[in-house]
This record gives sequence, C-alpha cells and structure tokens, in this order.
Amino acid sequence: MDAILTEIIAKYNYWIYVVLMMIGFYAMIGKNNLVKKLLGMNIFQTAIILMFISAGVKKGGLIPIIDKQAALEHGVNSALINNPVPHVLMLTAIVVSVSVTGVALALMQRIYRRYGTLEENEILEKMDR
Amino acid sequence: MSPTNLHMYALATPLIGAFAVMVLGRYSRRAVAPIVLGVLSFSFAAALTVFLQVLSGGGFRYVVGNWLAPYGIELSVDHLGSLMQVLVSGVALTASVSALKSVANDLQDRQHLFFTLYLILIAGLHGLVLTADAFNVYVLLEIASITAYGLIALGRGRAIVSSFNYVIMGSTGACFYLLGIGYLYILTGTLNMADLARIIPTLQSGPALATAFSFCIVGLWIKMAFFPLHVWLPNAYSDMPDGAAVLVAPLMTKVTIYLMIRFMFSIFSPAYEFIQHAGVQQIVVGMAALGIVCASAMALGQKNLRRMLTYLIIAEVGYMVGGVWLANTQGLTGAILHIVNDALMTLCLFLAVSAIASRAGALDFESLRGLFRRMPVTMAALVVAALSMIGVPPTCGFFSKWYLLLGGIQAGQWLYVGALIFSSLVNAVLFFRVIEIAYFRTPDEGAHGSGHEAVPIREAPAAMLQPLVAAAAALVVVGLATGPLVQHVIRFALPGGF
Repeated sequence: MDAILTEIIAKYNYWIYVVLMMIGFYAMIGKNNLVKKLLGMNIFQTAIILMFISAGVKKGGLIPIIDKQAALEHGVNSALINNPVPHVLMLTAIVVSVSVTGVALALMQRIYRRYGTLEENEILEKMDR
Repeated sequence: MSPTNLHMYALATPLIGAFAVMVLGRYSRRAVAPIVLGVLSFSFAAALTVFLQVLSGGGFRYVVGNWLAPYGIELSVDHLGSLMQVLVSGVALTASVSALKSVANDLQDRQHLFFTLYLILIAGLHGLVLTADAFNVYVLLEIASITAYGLIALGRGRAIVSSFNYVIMGSTGACFYLLGIGYLYILTGTLNMADLARIIPTLQSGPALATAFSFCIVGLWIKMAFFPLHVWLPNAYSDMPDGAAVLVAPLMTKVTIYLMIRFMFSIFSPAYEFIQHAGVQQIVVGMAALGIVCASAMALGQKNLRRMLTYLIIAEVGYMVGGVWLANTQGLTGAILHIVNDALMTLCLFLAVSAIASRAGALDFESLRGLFRRMPVTMAALVVAALSMIGVPPTCGFFSKWYLLLGGIQAGQWLYVGALIFSSLVNAVLFFRVIEIAYFRTPDEGAHGSGHEAVPIREAPAAMLQPLVAAAAALVVVGLATGPLVQHVIRFALPGGF
C-alpha cells in the first residue's frame, strides 16, 4: 500500500492527467448537453497539455535561455534546463484546441437558433418531427 | 522557383489562394472561379512535375527553412507521397469545377467563404501527404478537419448537428493521436519520422511503446471512420453541401489511410507490428472484415442514393485497412492501389450525385425513376463508377480488389476474403437496383399509368458534366495503367522486409 502511495505522490502530475482525461472523456461520451460535451473535450485537451508539459519540466530546472558566451566556454548542462520542445508543441496544440472550440461554439449557436435547445435528446426529437 | 521545391508551391498556392478568395471574393463574386481554378491547376501541374521527377530521379527529403532534421521540419517527397500529392491535387481540381457550379446554386452570397475553407482544406491535405514529422501530422490533420467541420455545417437539414458530432468525434481522434505522439516523444525525444524509426528498435520499454502505438492508430482509425468507429461519417457526409462532398468524401478518409501506412511503416516497422505483436494482425483484419460486411449490409438498408454511398465509403475503408494489415506484398499493393482507385470512384460517384441533385433535387430512389432518359451522360458515368465499385474489368476497382483478394488468400485470412466477395455482391445488388429504377421505371409510373411519352433530355450543366466524364474516363485509364503504376510507383512504396 505504501509503495503504491509513494508511487502516486511521486508522479502526481501524471495521475492528475489520467484523472482529468477520464473526466473529459466521460463528459464527451456520456453527457447529454452539448455545452458539457464541449467542456469535456476541452478538459480532455487540457489533460494532454498537462502530460506534455510534465514531460518537459525538471525539478528546479532553469529557463531554456542560455548565455551564449557561457555556453561556449563551459558547455551546457542540459539536466539543469527545462526542455522547451514540449512547451512549444503545446502552444500549437492550444491554438488548435481554441480553434476547434471556436468552431464548436459557432455550431452550437446555430443549433440553438434552429432547435431552441442544446439537449441532445430534445434536438433528436425535434429532428424527427 | 527551383525544381527542388516545386512540391512546396503545390502546397502553398491553395493556401495563398484561400486568402485571395477571401479578400477579392468579397468585392466581386466573379473573382472566385478564376482564382480557385487557377490556383488548383497550378498546384496540379506542380504536383505532376514533382511526380515525374521522382519517377525518374527517385524520392528525396526536403528541409523546410534550412532547419536541419531532426530539429527542423522535414518533408519527404518519395514515390508514395508524390503519388498522393498528384491524387489530391487532381481530385481537388476536378471536384472544384463541379463545386463552383453547385455552390453558386446552393450558397449564392457566401461562395467566397466556402472556397476559402475549401482551399485551406486542400492545402492541409497536401501537407499531410508530404510531411515527415509526426507532430506536424497532428496539426495538419486538424487544419483539414476544422475546415471540413465548417464545410459540413454549410449543408442542408440537420447538417449543423452532424457537424457538431463530427467535431466531438474528430477531436477525440486527434487527441488520441496527440497523446500517442506524446508517449513517443517521451520515449525517444524526437518527432522526426526517420529519427523515430531509427530510435524505436533500440528501445527497451515494450508496454509504453505499445501504448503509444495503439493511441496513435486508434486516433487515426477514428479519423478515417474504421468500423466500429464510423458512426459520425454517414450523417456528416450525406448532409454536406454537394460542392464539399465531391472533395471531402474522396480525399479525407483516403489520406488518413495513407497516414496509417506512413505511421506503420515509416515510424514503426513491419517487424514491430507483424512479428513482435503477431496476434494483433488477426484482430485488425477480422475487424476490417466485420466492418466490410456490416457497412455493406447497412448500405442495403438505405433508401437514398447519397446515404447508400456513405456506407459504401465505410466498407471501402475496411478493404484498405484490412489490406494493409494482411502483412504481405499483395495486400499492401492492393491497399495502396485501392487508395488511388477508391478516391477516383468516390469522386465519380459523388460528382454524379451532385449532377443528379442539380436536376432531380431529391436523391431518394423513388425520384431516380426514368433518369436514364433525362440524364443519359450522367447515368452512363454512374454506371462506369458502379462497375468499378463492383469490380468489373477493365475499370480500376477490379485490379485493386484482385490484389487484395490475392493478399487475403496468401495470408490465409478467409474471413477477409469472404467479406470482400460478399461486399462485391452487395455492391452489385445495390447498383443494379439503382440502375434498374433509373432505366426501366418511368417517372410517373403509377400516377398516370402511361409513362411512355418522350421525356425531354435535361442534362446537368456542362460545368458538372465535364468533371464527371473526366472522372469516369480516369477510372478506365487508371485501370488499364495498373501494371505500370504498380511496377514504377507502388513497388517502391513497400517497406523493407516485405
């Protein structure tokens, strides 16, 4: 039991990512309200962002901006510096996620105007009529 | 414009054209058509030139902006990639001729907005077939998907709801893919495909790598609507405006299958998928077979031509995924060939649907009555496409199906072979039913009793007919050119160890 607990506490950020991802996934699949589905999608994407960032950060790591003179003289100890690549990747992923959210919100607005509701079952009922 | 970066121009022109259409189309509706056609013709010509270069000189890798790989983004212009680029740009050009006409009818004032999305989608597809960077695939996949969401939402009836469901499903797929890439990056520290392929065999961590692989592949399966992850496709594709369907239906699923091939053989290796994890192959091929049978059966139950075709797309996805996972030369050759053929068949079918819709309006089987007399050319093209879907030589559908069957027999996957034959039979039933209704029944049969007076020919407008005839001709030409295509192009696309 203790071993599992230490494992969870030592890698808590990865456990949070898993929990967040499951919450988001559940909302996307299980919820009836379209807004909740969209929020679930955002939580899902945030979870992935958390995972990537966790992979790039080091405890006590420095920002990856290096003094050129010092680097040329002493070399670079990459163990002390945070990895910038996952951060940059997630910048792109955030842009993608924002655009998808924007498209989804625009669609939802039009759905609401046409059907007067954002509950999936009510929309399906009105569609059949 | 040096000859070594022509492929970049093929990619960039639709993107630049998108902004030109957006800005100029706002002021004059007449500016839209010349820009779209000009941009896509240039793109097609450039892609064709690159393809011929690759045929004579072999493929090459291209570094964008001189940031050397593995740090910069690399493009790989090889046999398969440049073949796909020709396919994408050719289908896009043909489709756009018809789309310009149907969109002018459907969305009068919003034409320039439609074509902005349309051209960005094409640019995204060009990027997808060229890129040699695993993360880039995610970004470009989302560019293509987001524009597709927009295009679908412009459609009729409940298109908005279908589009929203597609947003949710498509984003799930993209997220899974991104997650898989995350695991791969943590394991290897690189995103370049060649670099990944170099590092992966040296890794010791089996379960983590398997997690990465399965997340990515499931993500791609959702995007390509592989059974049982297909539920979003029929609604989304049948509610789209016709102008978008002629582009999205032939290309989106096919390009994703190409990405799966890339992912399986350029990042991972046949040894990883088929020898180290030997049991998985059986499951995937079985799922493909099940998908083919179920999708064909569901196509049988449809009463609308457009909806019937969307289920056939799902069945065809099963053909190709199954063919890739057969793990032999015949199967993979058949799958790659079928990507080309199916793109052309779907193009031809949806162009025909678009032409019929422009005259007959509805596409229920009932409203197809007597269509052979009213629209002889359109229906003739539809018959050619139908024969190709069934697999009658010399249309191209026969040859790829033949390779797939041979591959299935060689691999001993009798379930898959049975599913292929069953699906061909169902296609025959489906299309002959359509042809029977359109040929033998007269429009006012039952209503007035006498349906034998001369029906005036009322063909679709020339702008819709020309691309349709071109696509139908391409089906036969590609069918006859199968030998050289396999020998000079697809043979080089097969990974080592096959």
